[in-house]
Amino acid sequence: MVFLCGAAAFIAMIPLVSLLVYVLLQGFRRLDWAFFTHLPTPVGVDGGGMGNAILGTLTLMAIASLVGLPIGILAGIYLSEFGKKNKFAWTVRFTSDVLSGVPSIVTGIVAYTLVVKPMHNFSAIAGGIALGFMMIPIVTRTTEELVKMVPHSIREASWALGIPQWKTILSIVIRTAKNGILTGVLLSVARIAGETAPLLFTAFNNQFWPKGINEPTASLTVQVFTYAISPFKDWQDEAWSGALVLLMLVLSINLAAKLFFKNPRSLLR
Amino acid sequence: MNSSAELTNNGGAKPKALPLFSVSSSGFADKLFQKLTALFAFLILFLAVLTAFTLWQASAPTIQKMGWGFLTSTDWDPVQGIFGSVPFVFGTIISSFLALLIATPFGLGISLFLTELAPMKFRDPVAFLVEILAAIPSVVYGLWGIFLLAPFMRVYVDPLLIKAGGTLVGLLTGITLIFVSSALLGKFVKGIYGTALSLVIGLIGGILVGTMKMPFFQGPSTGLSLFTAGVILSIMILPTITAISREVFEAVPNSYRESAKALGATSWETILLAVVKPSRVGLLGAIMLALGRALGETMAVTMVIGNTPQVSANLLAPAHSMASVIANEFSEATSDLHIAALAEIGFLLMVITLVLNVVAHLLVWATATKFQK
Repeated sequence: MVFLCGAAAFIAMIPLVSLLVYVLLQGFRRLDWAFFTHLPTPVGVDGGGMGNAILGTLTLMAIASLVGLPIGILAGIYLSEFGKKNKFAWTVRFTSDVLSGVPSIVTGIVAYTLVVKPMHNFSAIAGGIALGFMMIPIVTRTTEELVKMVPHSIREASWALGIPQWKTILSIVIRTAKNGILTGVLLSVARIAGETAPLLFTAFNNQFWPKGINEPTASLTVQVFTYAISPFKDWQDEAWSGALVLLMLVLSINLAAKLFFKNPRSLLR
Repeated sequence: MNSSAELTNNGGAKPKALPLFSVSSSGFADKLFQKLTALFAFLILFLAVLTAFTLWQASAPTIQKMGWGFLTSTDWDPVQGIFGSVPFVFGTIISSFLALLIATPFGLGISLFLTELAPMKFRDPVAFLVEILAAIPSVVYGLWGIFLLAPFMRVYVDPLLIKAGGTLVGLLTGITLIFVSSALLGKFVKGIYGTALSLVIGLIGGILVGTMKMPFFQGPSTGLSLFTAGVILSIMILPTITAISREVFEAVPNSYRESAKALGATSWETILLAVVKPSRVGLLGAIMLALGRALGETMAVTMVIGNTPQVSANLLAPAHSMASVIANEFSEATSDLHIAALAEIGFLLMVITLVLNVVAHLLVWATATKFQK
């Protein structure tokens, strides 16, 4: 039995190792400094990079955070501080769990209908909003869990000093749970950084440097996808390098979150 | 303020307990803050309604034109303006089902290994690796799928399946029959006879199924197929199954295990009776949540499934899925009707995953609270 379960764990590691090794080997072949700073080149022209796509991904992450973080964090605070035992909070909690299961491509259609269609063009705004929608449920639940872990005695101590509840929450409870909330934020940002599906028809793609956030914007994920399914060898090679950069980005955000979250209790100083 | 006054007035009487959530002096600001955060919580409900309503609106043209025929037609012809969702629903459901079939035993095995069996020093590294598996973007899985998995399937796995697929299915049927029959007949035929009977049933069933002519594995294969999509999905949902079933197993109180051991159960029996059995509802929830992920997965699937809208029993033939047709055609859709048809597929996909998620969350919550009582 131990052997069977151990074997299951071992076999499951094979695809992971193969994927990581391949992305590293293939990715480094085409990776140089120009890859981060240059625009993509047409087929057959050497050099070129994904500078605009990297910038685009960062832009999209920023817009998504602007949309998703305030709603997510404040809703999370509501659920943990005021929503112990009421129907409304239960409904919100449940809806948020269910929303996090909505496929990302569906969120993409929603953002297309709500933003791209009325504005008559693909844009970073539309892509950021789609990603922001996806962040909301994740941030809400992690914030709630983390704020809940702040011991009640800390709140009581604050009230005993005559500090009103809103101030207690903002300057004592939140500050205590700060690292934890940051962890949740990082994990959700890492998750949307790797999203492709909702961007295909919201942010779309662009071969040039973006002039603003109201125009089609390239992203690492869409660029990797476009290059991966292309028939050209040098584009396929660049897809691997793009995948490597993407993987590094996502894994390092995850790792940063792990460092913050090493021991949940220790977060609460 | 009020309660402290009572404290002094009551003199020697027992003081009243302070309320847990004390009413502070600046009531108005507190109320305002509560209302403000409640408003943001309300936005989540609004977002859910908005999602459903927008999709419904966007798919209105095809709902009017195709009606229920959209759900039953196998034709997908954007040029003629004929749209039917069957090939996509078929591809999505079969590939997700295949993924579950492969990932469930592995996921449960790994989480049992992590919670019950593995030496302590192995647990954290393995759990960490499984978490990394969850963090890898799906487009990277897709890239790996196109250039490594698909060729691997074409050269090694698919020919084997074409040659010995029937035997394999027969073997699986036989094993399943042995377990099912021993579980069903165990009550009536005791001891060695019961075991022998279920072995015979499994053997006969396995040989019967194994020698039947199977339409499931037929060449020639290109590597881009429903089966490859199922394999890549199984890798992607493995972390979900592992993480949630691990949570469920860890929620089982230690007293269960101790009681089983005290009654003389072997460690295998302990796991089966004291860990797996009480958590089976939660496990069902874990599997359903993983299924929800598999249904909505887009990029990796679209890169290996072959993107051909057809319904075929041959798993090695290219197919299409709901998410991948949206990804492929949405930005290039020429007519409003085409966009509406894709939106309706999105709507269908949302309804399916929504139902699954609601049931799954209720199941997971039910088991988690069961042990807390």
